[in-house]
Amino acid sequence: MAEIDESQAQREAIEVDRSKGDFKYEENYTFDAGVGLSAATVDYIAKVKGEEEWIREFRQKSLKIFQDMPMPTHWATTDLENIKFEDIRYYLSKGQKPVRTWEEVPDDVKKTFERLGIPESERKFLAGVEAQFDSEAVYSRMKEELEKLGVIFCGPTEGLRDHPEIFRKWFGKVIPIGDNKFSALNSAVFSGGSFIYIPKGVKVAQPLQAYFRINAENFGQFERTLIIADEGAEVTYMEGCTAPKFETATLHSAVVELVALKGAKIQYITVQNWSANVFNLVTKRGVAEEDAEVRWIDCNIGSRLTMKYPGVVLRGKRARGEVLSIALANDGQHQDTGAKMIHAADDTTSNIIAKSISVGEGRSTYRGLVHIPKTLSNCRNNTECDALLINEHSRTDTYPAISVRGRKNSVQHEASVSKVSAEQIFYMMQRGLSEGEAMSLAVNGFVNDLVKEFPMEYSVELKRLIELQMEGSVG
Amino acid sequence: MNAVASAPAGVLDVAQQSAETTQFRAQDWFAVLRQQGWHTFQSLPMPTRDNEKWRFSDARSLSLDGYAPTAAPTAAQAADLIARSRLISDAAGLIVHVDGHCVLKPTLSAELVAQGVVFESLEDAVRTRPALLQEHLLKHPVLLGSDKFAALHRAWLRAGYVLHVPKGVEVKQPFVAVTWTLTDGVAIFPHALIIAGERAKADLHDFHLSAKADQRALAISAVDIHAGTGSQVRRLAVQAWGSATQSFQIDNTCGGRDALISSVNAAVGSRRARLENCVRIDGEGADVRLYGISVATGEQEFDQRTLQIHAAGHAKSDLLFKNALLGKARTIFSGLIKVAPDAQRTDAYQTNRNLLLSPDAEADSLPGLEIEANDVKCSHGATTGQIDPAELFYLRARGIPLAVAQELLAQGFLEEVLAKVGHEEAAAAVREMLRLKFHQA
Repeated sequence: MAEIDESQAQREAIEVDRSKGDFKYEENYTFDAGVGLSAATVDYIAKVKGEEEWIREFRQKSLKIFQDMPMPTHWATTDLENIKFEDIRYYLSKGQKPVRTWEEVPDDVKKTFERLGIPESERKFLAGVEAQFDSEAVYSRMKEELEKLGVIFCGPTEGLRDHPEIFRKWFGKVIPIGDNKFSALNSAVFSGGSFIYIPKGVKVAQPLQAYFRINAENFGQFERTLIIADEGAEVTYMEGCTAPKFETATLHSAVVELVALKGAKIQYITVQNWSANVFNLVTKRGVAEEDAEVRWIDCNIGSRLTMKYPGVVLRGKRARGEVLSIALANDGQHQDTGAKMIHAADDTTSNIIAKSISVGEGRSTYRGLVHIPKTLSNCRNNTECDALLINEHSRTDTYPAISVRGRKNSVQHEASVSKVSAEQIFYMMQRGLSEGEAMSLAVNGFVNDLVKEFPMEYSVELKRLIELQMEGSVG
Repeated sequence: MNAVASAPAGVLDVAQQSAETTQFRAQDWFAVLRQQGWHTFQSLPMPTRDNEKWRFSDARSLSLDGYAPTAAPTAAQAADLIARSRLISDAAGLIVHVDGHCVLKPTLSAELVAQGVVFESLEDAVRTRPALLQEHLLKHPVLLGSDKFAALHRAWLRAGYVLHVPKGVEVKQPFVAVTWTLTDGVAIFPHALIIAGERAKADLHDFHLSAKADQRALAISAVDIHAGTGSQVRRLAVQAWGSATQSFQIDNTCGGRDALISSVNAAVGSRRARLENCVRIDGEGADVRLYGISVATGEQEFDQRTLQIHAAGHAKSDLLFKNALLGKARTIFSGLIKVAPDAQRTDAYQTNRNLLLSPDAEADSLPGLEIEANDVKCSHGATTGQIDPAELFYLRARGIPLAVAQELLAQGFLEEVLAKVGHEEAAAAVREMLRLKFHQA
């Protein structure tokens, strides 16, 4: 961000080097679909990936829908009009198959990931690492015991080719092509992402993890993720993002579908920290069958514009959905985030807790949807959204939509907007903290009960990211 | 009396509209205002559901066909309705309209007249007070979606009243305006212009009633309230049109420094009723309270859209809308608090509570905030639920039948808003209307 050159020493002192997301290596891509989007681009992608005919048709159909749908600017920000679809590269790959061992990974890619700290975190406690360098996974490994349990963890190309009996049934079903303009775009040009299947009754103790990076200017990244937890299975998936800085806008538009079958639990954790020129327009939705639970933990710190409303369709009795969301918007950023809870069975419950912080001229928006139709009974939703405004021209908006019918259903929604109290800051400064430190501490206190829900490694990183964002916000 | 109602084009008939406008030949400015309204109306499309301001509304069934202005009622009809208009015994003045014609002009006490208080029909004021009207009439922008209906209101503007309480005058008794529909298919466009001068105080009760319970009509009413520095304006508006009526209420208020503004909107009647209540705070220290209350039954749709604009800092606004729903009724509450970039030290709150008393009823809630200043306290809350089973159990354990217990608890739920009316007789009248609705449901 803008303050990259300043206070380098201080940054090192807290061991998070923001410039880690600020480097890139020479581009020498073997496969490059060129700039712009047409039927030929889509065919090219399908051909390079060696996909079956039905996938090519799916892509072509999606392209048509994408081209026919208008931009949703009647409710969304007009900043969307600044996306130049014709200047974007829709596919880029090393032309490699995902490789098994670390030794096989090319040196420059290795360097990139070493700077991101992936091997280290893997050594520590990660069960499997799926690191994505631009479009394709270049490194893919899983602990042997997971493989023995029958867990599948691969990319969409491999998933649809090698396990169609598992993935084809749900692919594009949770989020249909025409759900919105950007899900249609993703469906046309998707590459990369994770396809995961957890067999019946398998509880994966350690989180599965994937890092995504964008490493070519004007290159949109369109990963596609589908996670299926079979009956009684449990899994946690973590997605973290950093991206190098570029001068022109970059588009990131993912589609993530989760399927929790009877009694299954899926937890999906995201820390999004794209650089401030990225449009991050993501569709995420899960289906929870009887007694199943889908939980989204979503943290948005980076990007120019993020529009992301993780949702849960509560399809089976007693299903449970939850969204915990943290958004931080600094100068030039708009975090337009929220949650959707679609109740579609009796006795379902959902919970949404969203906290946003607006710094400088940053703008954060909460958009929510809670829907309980008339055929249902005993459904409950709780929504809380709190916004913290740091500076005089910080901005926040809240736009929930709640629709309730039926018997014995109840919803409650609360939202508040406030600033850090002068008394708190005074109290801490009295005890020797600088104003910036005091502010940072207060902000961390504001999000603390949500940050606690993240796995340890992430919550530490998150706190540091927040501290970094708060630097220079006061005084 | 219903000869005109069958006119083919009615409110959409340009010949009829301009024929009426020619009656204001001598009031040039007013004729122009009506003409502008007509042109705007024709240039705007009918709202559709994908317009965010009409989200959840049944916009497809909106229709302006088959409604027309009608001639004045007979003397006997007028006398009957005037008698039924005496709802408030201590009124400072009473004005009665029937089908868009003023049938009772207010008589003010000599004291009020001496103080310069004006309470008269809009038609009279157009002729006698052009300066006052040109300064204040229809000066507020329509921000909440009914631009087209507001334009039609402007095009047919004639009925209504003007209340002006000058600087320093405090009137304790309420001014009462009762507006009736009598003829089936009538279209009326009542307007209320309320101007409170510096430190002036005024209470106003507006009753919108129909002569018969299943009255079919189109009512597009609008209210402009100008609350001056340090003034106090309190308004009760009761919408109790007949059950086949389409109603639009477009209320706009602007409050100056230290103004105290309070409004209670009660929704009882109509097939569909849309209320747009927009308050703009222009001065520091202002205190605005907006309350809404409804009992929706049958297939009624109550569509409530509110906007609290804080253009100046150090001011407060608080909103509470409560709806009880029975049958297949639907309520939509869409509220927005807007705090301008420099309106620091704003306190703004918004609460919507819906009580679902039937499995087929639907309550939609769109509580919104747009905050551009940081030193503010803003919050909103929305809940939708059923009667608390523990409370029901308590009453039933004491031998109270289920239906009675439910009604008592629902009335208790609504009482919080009725307490804000601030006039016992008026509150009792509204309470009785709501009680009858429970019984008819």
